[in-house]
This record gives sequence, C-alpha cells and structure tokens, in this order.
Amino acid sequence: MDQVRKTVVLEGSRGVAEAVRLCRPNVIAAYPITPQTHIVENLSQMVADGLLKAENIRVESEHSAASAVLGASAAGARAYTATTSQGFLLMLEVLYNMAGLRLPVVLTAVNRGISAPLTIHNDIQDSLAARDTGFVQLYAEDNQEALDMHIQAFKIAEDHRVLLPVLIGMDGFILTHSFEPVSLPTQEEVDEFLPPYKPVFYLTPKAPLTMGTKTDPEFYTEARYMLHKAQQNARQVIVEVAQEFKEKFGRFSGDLIDTYLTEDAEIIFVSMGSLVSNLRAIAQELRQEGKKVGVLKIRAFRPFPFEEIVRAISGAKIVIVMEKDISLGATGVLAQEIRAAFYGKANVPRLSGFVVGLGGRDVTRETVLKGLRLAQESDHLCTFLDLNPELLEEV
Amino acid sequence: MKITLGGVAAPGSSRLNKTGGWRVFYPEFLHIRCTDCGLCQKLCPEGCIFKADKKNFYADLEYCKGCGICAEECPVHDIEMRPEVR
Ligand code: SF4
Ligand code: SF4
Repeated sequence: MDQVRKTVVLEGSRGVAEAVRLCRPNVIAAYPITPQTHIVENLSQMVADGLLKAENIRVESEHSAASAVLGASAAGARAYTATTSQGFLLMLEVLYNMAGLRLPVVLTAVNRGISAPLTIHNDIQDSLAARDTGFVQLYAEDNQEALDMHIQAFKIAEDHRVLLPVLIGMDGFILTHSFEPVSLPTQEEVDEFLPPYKPVFYLTPKAPLTMGTKTDPEFYTEARYMLHKAQQNARQVIVEVAQEFKEKFGRFSGDLIDTYLTEDAEIIFVSMGSLVSNLRAIAQELRQEGKKVGVLKIRAFRPFPFEEIVRAISGAKIVIVMEKDISLGATGVLAQEIRAAFYGKANVPRLSGFVVGLGGRDVTRETVLKGLRLAQESDHLCTFLDLNPELLEEV
Repeated sequence: MKITLGGVAAPGSSRLNKTGGWRVFYPEFLHIRCTDCGLCQKLCPEGCIFKADKKNFYADLEYCKGCGICAEECPVHDIEMRPEVR
C-alpha cells in the first residue's frame, strides 16, 4: 500500500499514526487520553492488523508509558509515545530522565489545557511544562506539518550530534480531530530518509553497563553542560533535516522558524502551533488593505532560535506575541523568550504579549484585530484578550 | 575519568566512588559470637564486607558508608556500630 505517494484526506491523528508507522518504531507504549486517543488507537490497530511490526506495550499510566519507552530506547529500540495534558504532566519526571540518558524517543504532545479547572480543550500550557527537560520541542501548524515533523523528529533525535528526545506539539482537536488532505510519503522514501537507529550505548546482557549513574558534584555540572551542548547542536541538525526533507519530499514548513510576509512588515505577529495559520490569513487580509503585516512562526521552541528571531523581526515597528499559555505570575512564556532574545540588541521593536485561546476558547479574527489595535495604542506586558469581566467573581 | 553520554558506566566502575567518607559510625566486628552465617556480607549495600577466615569478617573502610545494616542484621549481635573518630 505504500508503493506510490498518495494525497488522502485524513484525520490529523491518523496522519500522525501513518507517519509513525512509516518510521518503523520497534516499541510503542502509550496510555489513552483525550484528545490523543485516536493516534494510539490507530497505531494499536496497525500493530494488531500486522501492518506495523512493533511491540505495543499496554501500560497502566502515562508514567509507565514513558518508562516503558525509556527502557526500550535504552535497549536500542526506536520508541514512540504520545500523550496530553494531565498525562503529559504525569510523564514529566520520566521526561527529564529520557533527556539525561540521551535517549532519542519521539513523543507526540497533543496540546490540551491543564487542571484545575478541568478542561479537555486546547491550549499549549501542558507541553511547555517540559520547557527545561532537555527535550527538543517542535510545534506543528497543520496536519501535513505534524505528519512531516514526526518523520523529521526521529532523524533529529537519533543524530549522534543530538541524541535527545523530541516532542511534537500538536493542537488537540484543532489538528488531531480535523480532516485535511495530506500527502503520504512512500515506505521506500521514508526508509531512504530515515535509516535504522544506531545507538552509541545500549543495554544488553552480553555487555552490561549502567546508564545515568549517580553523579557527585565534581561531575554533575559537566553532564548538564553536555546536555545543553546537545541542545545547541540540535539547532544545526533541525535546519539540515528540514532541508533534506525538502529535497526528498518537496515540502518545507520552516526549520527553527518560518516567516510569512515579514521582509517589509511593520507589524509582525509571533506564535506557535495552529494559531499561526489563523494569523497568516489575517495578515493576508490586512495586506490587501495596504497594511504591512507579517507573521513569524516559532517552529522550534527548544532549542530556542534567539538569533533567527532577531534577524527575522528586528525590522518591524511592533511585534505582537499571541500565545495560548501563561507563566502565572509572570507573562506569556513565548513573550518572555522573545523579549530575552532582544535584550542588548539594537533596533528593538515595540512588543506586546497577549494571552488568548486558553482551554479551547476560539481565537477569532476579532480577537486578533483587537490585539492589533491595543498593541498600536500602547505596549502590553501580558494582557488577556477576550476576557469576560461579567464572569469574574469579586473576592 | 571522563563523563560518557548519558552517564553510562561499565560494570565495576563504582569502585572509583569511595563512599567511606560518608561514614559517621563504623562497624566493629567483635569476632566473639560469629556463627559464620555470612548474612552481613550478603546484606551490605556496598558489598564491602569480606571474609578473612572462618568466622572472621571485616569491612573495607574505604567503601563502608556506615549505614549500620550489618550490625542491625547480625543474628548474634557480633557487630557494633561505633562513632567514627577523626
Ligand atoms: S552476620 Fe554476624 S554471625 Fe553472621 S557472619 Fe556476619 S558477623 Fe558473623
Ligand atoms: S555499615 Fe553498612 S556499609 Fe558498612 S559494612 Fe556494615 S553494611 Fe556495609
């Protein structure tokens, strides 16, 4: 079935499952949780139907799922897992270990808001909790990019200059449950692009070793430094892999960043994930009205592309960060990083940060235009757009 | 010694980590009631109890971290924990 390249209409989750299947993982372990469920349902079906030769480990929690793929990867297997929200948070302790052990696991972080109050709907607060784990973090804008990103993710993760786990942020429901036409690569193409994983160290009874040994103060700093260096190396590797992917499959959706109409733009929107698509549409509309508006997509959140961002948007007068997350008591997470990128630079644009779309609230054209209006009037450190004051109880 | 990718170490490398410096109490092997059962040797988490002769066990103090497990477990109370004098 994978002989010819096909364009098919697939649910986002199915597209990811197909991409993962084409990457030939040896081990999959995941615990179902809305809205990640369809991805792992599809994968278990593929394993049951014999379409994917992989060990599908059933587990009793996300902590176990993460631990199972950690173990599998440590034994030299190509391993995959997926989760969201509370499940993601339950994995968190293991995620630090995966990175520290330098295990190239690929994880789909379907993005959903976190409790409390309970929500099953989309924002990107969950995977940002893994900010400092050492995971490479990529965020997908649409279903084709999500599919392509998974194929790229294994290659980035397994590159010996990197050897870090990679997570792919994918907006829950907005992407996972929507149907879009996607181009499915052939098995042969993916095999050529992604050779089997060659571990540097792996667990085998034939040559026992210990991974992640206890480290005294005289070594720990160096171990952490090596992790940081691997993240730095990932910058180059993400760019190379995106280029190689473009040559092989004819598609390019950005490397560390992607830009849209930014060259002469006076106003630039910055965001991650599916929100970027909305912003593109609005920028296009505003361009027709003669307004010089562009969009910067942050595709890699870790490693964070400081230099690339400054290069891309320092020509603007106003930069507007729109994000579906907040570091409570501070500002939006992305806005913090963008501000940090500009510290000490010349030609710093004005910058406003807006929190939008939490817990699945729609980010409409009106939402964005309101943000634009506010940002033109004055700079906003961290303002919630679409806040409904009537719902707020006085305390 | 260099740090390997992911903190990987070959078997036996814990010998490089001399845990004796952690000790506050050291085990005194009395050699009075010992029955040669070998429990102390088996239960020592550092694996640093050795047998010199029949009913004659001793701890390698370069590695003994003073946890007291051997003294606690000796069925005939032939090991006593004593404060380390430095
Ligand atoms: S546990 Fe006590 S009795 Fe047994 S071998 Fe050790 S010292 Fe001797
Ligand atoms: S005190 Fe603990 S470490 Fe020392 S010899 Fe006894 S059991 Fe071993």
